[in-house]
Amino acid sequence: MTAAEAKELKVKEKQEVATDTEQTRPGVVYTPDVDIFESDADITLLADMPGVTTENLNIDLRDDVLTLTGDAITDVGDTEKPVIVEYGVGKYHRQFTLSEVVDQAKITAELKDGVLRLVLPKVEKAAPRKITVTER
Amino acid sequence: MIYRRMFGMPTWNVRGPFNELERMRQQMDNLFNRVPDEGMPSLHAGVFPSINLTEDQETYHIRAELPGISAEDLDIQATGNNLSISGERKIEAENNSVRYHRREREAGKFSRAISLPGDIDPDGVSASLADGVLKVSVPKAEKAKPKQITVN
Repeated sequence: MTAAEAKELKVKEKQEVATDTEQTRPGVVYTPDVDIFESDADITLLADMPGVTTENLNIDLRDDVLTLTGDAITDVGDTEKPVIVEYGVGKYHRQFTLSEVVDQAKITAELKDGVLRLVLPKVEKAAPRKITVTER
Repeated sequence: MIYRRMFGMPTWNVRGPFNELERMRQQMDNLFNRVPDEGMPSLHAGVFPSINLTEDQETYHIRAELPGISAEDLDIQATGNNLSISGERKIEAENNSVRYHRREREAGKFSRAISLPGDIDPDGVSASLADGVLKVSVPKAEKAKPKQITVN
């Protein structure tokens, strides 16, 4: 048994995105929680996006800006009437500016149980080469 | 406070005692005007996970967002008219030599008991977990279903 008991999860209200740009389609947009960490070889991003499947997930990387957009589908039928509503279902959106140069061809993305795992390998720095000088 | 006005006539600052109230009123107005009109009101039980409970003629449907949780770490029980959802979210440890820039996701245990508004049939409860969304369907007990009454 570990010395510290696993702590209790506390409830967090879903964070709505506060943007000045309006959306063309009505709906709420939430900010997904992310973990970002970096090793020597790559940058990994883990995002909680429950309700999002691979068809509804969009990952865009251009000009060093990484954009994540996901659409959580809800399967509430027409005959269902709400009794308790504690969270909303909507899109997810988050943007990051990458400080490192990323090897775009080797990016991998995996979506499992509503968690996106995005691995961005860093560009290998050019190995130092010794340049030989020939006499003419 | 007596002070001299332009015309040299002394006068009381009659709004003195009400200035503070006026400022407070304006601040409260600003505060309430900034609250968005739409969005979930904070009528929350305050327990993880947040749920949405809907009902139709025959069943109660409970949905909860539980990303990153597998079915083995989840325990759902139905007793009487109560449904309890408990479990643990684990976040796998990464390599030791990584540097975190953001750490917003949390791991830990949770347990929540939901009291359903009507009688239920505990044998027919079914649950599914897909893409991080848990959906529990609880059938209503026969006597709790609405009965259509025909008028002669």
